[in-house]
Amino acid sequence: MRRGKRIRIPTYAYRFGRLLASRLSANVQNQTGVRPLDTAASYNDKVVRQFTIMTVVWGIVGMLVGIIIAAQLMWPALNFDLPFLTYGRLRPLHTNAVIFAFGGSALFATSYYVVQRTCHVRLAFSKLAAFTFWGWQAVIVLAAVTLPLGITQSKEYAELEWPIDLLITVVWVAYAIVFFTTIGKRRIKHIYVANWFYGAFIITVAVLHIFNNLAIPVTLTKSYTIYTGVVDAMMQWWYGHNAVGFFLTAGFLGMMYYFVPKQAGRPVYSYRLSVVHFWSLIAIYMWAGPHHLHYTSLPDWAQTLGMVFSIILLAPSWGGMINGIMTVSGAWHKLRSDPILKFMIVALSFYGMSTFEGPMMSIKTVNALSHYTEWTIGHVHAGALGWVAMMTIGSIYCLLPRLYNRDGMYSTKLIDVHFWTSTIGVVLYAVALWVAGIGEGLMSRAVNSDGTLTYAFIEILASKYPYYGMRLLGGVIFFVGMIIMAYNVWKTISKEKPAPVAVMDPVERSGPDAS
Amino acid sequence: MPAFWAWFVAAGTIAFVIWCVYLISWAGKQGPQNKEDEDLVGHVWDGDLEEWNNPAPKWWLYLYFITIAWAVGYMIVYPGIGAFDGLFGWSQEGQYEQEMQAAEARYEPIYEAFAAMEFEDLVKDPDAVALGGSLFASYCTTCHGSDARGATGYPNLTDADWQWGSSEKDIITTITNGRNAVMTPWAQILGSDEAVDNMVNYVQSLSGTVEAGDGAESARTQFTTFCAACHLPTGTGNPVLGAPNLTDSTWLYGSSAEAIRTTIEQGRQGQMPAHGEFLGENRTRILAAYVYSLSQ
Repeated sequence: MRRGKRIRIPTYAYRFGRLLASRLSANVQNQTGVRPLDTAASYNDKVVRQFTIMTVVWGIVGMLVGIIIAAQLMWPALNFDLPFLTYGRLRPLHTNAVIFAFGGSALFATSYYVVQRTCHVRLAFSKLAAFTFWGWQAVIVLAAVTLPLGITQSKEYAELEWPIDLLITVVWVAYAIVFFTTIGKRRIKHIYVANWFYGAFIITVAVLHIFNNLAIPVTLTKSYTIYTGVVDAMMQWWYGHNAVGFFLTAGFLGMMYYFVPKQAGRPVYSYRLSVVHFWSLIAIYMWAGPHHLHYTSLPDWAQTLGMVFSIILLAPSWGGMINGIMTVSGAWHKLRSDPILKFMIVALSFYGMSTFEGPMMSIKTVNALSHYTEWTIGHVHAGALGWVAMMTIGSIYCLLPRLYNRDGMYSTKLIDVHFWTSTIGVVLYAVALWVAGIGEGLMSRAVNSDGTLTYAFIEILASKYPYYGMRLLGGVIFFVGMIIMAYNVWKTISKEKPAPVAVMDPVERSGPDAS
Repeated sequence: MPAFWAWFVAAGTIAFVIWCVYLISWAGKQGPQNKEDEDLVGHVWDGDLEEWNNPAPKWWLYLYFITIAWAVGYMIVYPGIGAFDGLFGWSQEGQYEQEMQAAEARYEPIYEAFAAMEFEDLVKDPDAVALGGSLFASYCTTCHGSDARGATGYPNLTDADWQWGSSEKDIITTITNGRNAVMTPWAQILGSDEAVDNMVNYVQSLSGTVEAGDGAESARTQFTTFCAACHLPTGTGNPVLGAPNLTDSTWLYGSSAEAIRTTIEQGRQGQMPAHGEFLGENRTRILAAYVYSLSQ
């Protein structure tokens, strides 16, 4: 009996692994077993399915690591005195997992899906597309191994060492070739707005990644950046902020521009608004990086540019929010019955909120208070959980049934439950760190009548404790939602045999026939 | 900034501002304010994806324009456009100097009031000690702890043991210039693991924590040859060098055989940073008096 019990968990893990592998590698077959459509006549949805499933998997992994380090802030003993479990090594693992594994897989999945549907052609170079999937997963696995081992370039969000950076570069170039060749083969003259954003995201991330990671290798696991001093800091935050701007904003706006009108069943609100805010966004984001280096040895003029262009960025950012929300406007009644649309609307709301908060925090006077406090982390998570994750989740709920020839997810009720866990989780998280961060900033600058500091570091740390608890709770609630999602996804796809979808012929329509 | 790069940055800055203004004016000129349903762009993607061409909301265009106007204004008065320093002549170094001068003018008299007082009196003066306590909380607690009892490698300031001396001059020198305590590694010079073991035993026996063992005699010879230069032949240490007294019960890096072995084999580097430059004479003296009062 006891023996039987002991092997249960490995058995489940094995079964799960095998099923996952079979899902990831399943070749598309129709009922008769022949594959007449696996040609230019059908969409390449296999790579989309692969990335979609891994989005859910990496979302769970990345957020679990986030919960662990949030708990470590409350109970430092949770690192068990093991070097690879210390906060300093798990924190980059968390950020890399949620941004590049979870967010990255979501962007690959949706961009590959969207570019085919809106260009009315099969994705170019099936084998190269498959390479981007396995290559990207290899990058993630290498990150998951090297970061806990303490192998790092010590650049935030660019921690991975040079051999992995080279692999990323190769995968990214392959991604660009697949994406832009597909665009080039499109059967409809006008390029759909979502593809502008995906395209900008792909090109810019390539430039950012290559230039920030220029380094001289010393050994296989160690290199030195070619930049020195404040130039290195400026390069790092030029990269860092544009990773936010292009990876986490432009890419997800691409996602928004396809899935929001699709799910709402409404036309995009304004073409000209999308033109203005697209060209503004990609031009202005480039300048915002120096606001991470206020009151440092960065020259005054560079700090000023970082600040004023961050302020100018407010309206271009809100352009995307307006276009998204106004697209749903007119279909508000659908929010009563469609939790997927609720995900999207709340995501857009959080996008608007954090793109107001960001410019505000870039003002030097505000930054002097907010910088180096928990407020920054709260701001990042309002964007990362509220905007990026919720837009991703909504889009996946919209996308997944289409990839498996179903009308909808296994359970709409569970999507609704997931919606509420996500919303409550992110609100708890953000509020906790606003309070903790603003308190931290005010305590840090408080002085006594004799000019000495009112609070010692340890007193400020102690004041944040309750909010660390609240943030951990918020994170756990958000994570529970992801588990619910995984169950719902599993129930949706485990019995389905995906069939190929024929490439749709484009139709040109003009005039006022909207409905 | 070299002239070329100054002009390059200025040109880029102005070009991007003009680009934004151009986009706003382009959006403003895009046709009449049509009703939604009559204004589809005319493309259909993926079966049902279409676009209206509603005008961008007026308030949004105004918001965009106002942020640009504000940015331009800001860059005229503050440094931002190439090498132009801005009409206000502001710099962050200037702001720092100004704030520090204001703080100095406001707070320095508080400390100056005690300048004439003798050190022994300062130690007993409750106001001076309270001020010293505030200074200690701001500058010293990071290493020495909020209770001043230190930690491994960071001296306890509440006991009667003074690594660098306890006179007014000694403590003020410690705070003003900082201290660098260096004990070099001795494993190779002592020669063998056995010799290190013996030395550990001998050092422990100096403070009476263990009985002297069989090897103590040979260790004592080596101690006299090598260690006595700093710790003196008696092992009572030398405050001039910051060499600790080995015969008392105070152990900066731990008194276990293992900790002492690490100290002997690998040496130790104790560093206290200099505080004189930003504290100034008056504050340093009050802080020294406070630190001394802790051991009284």
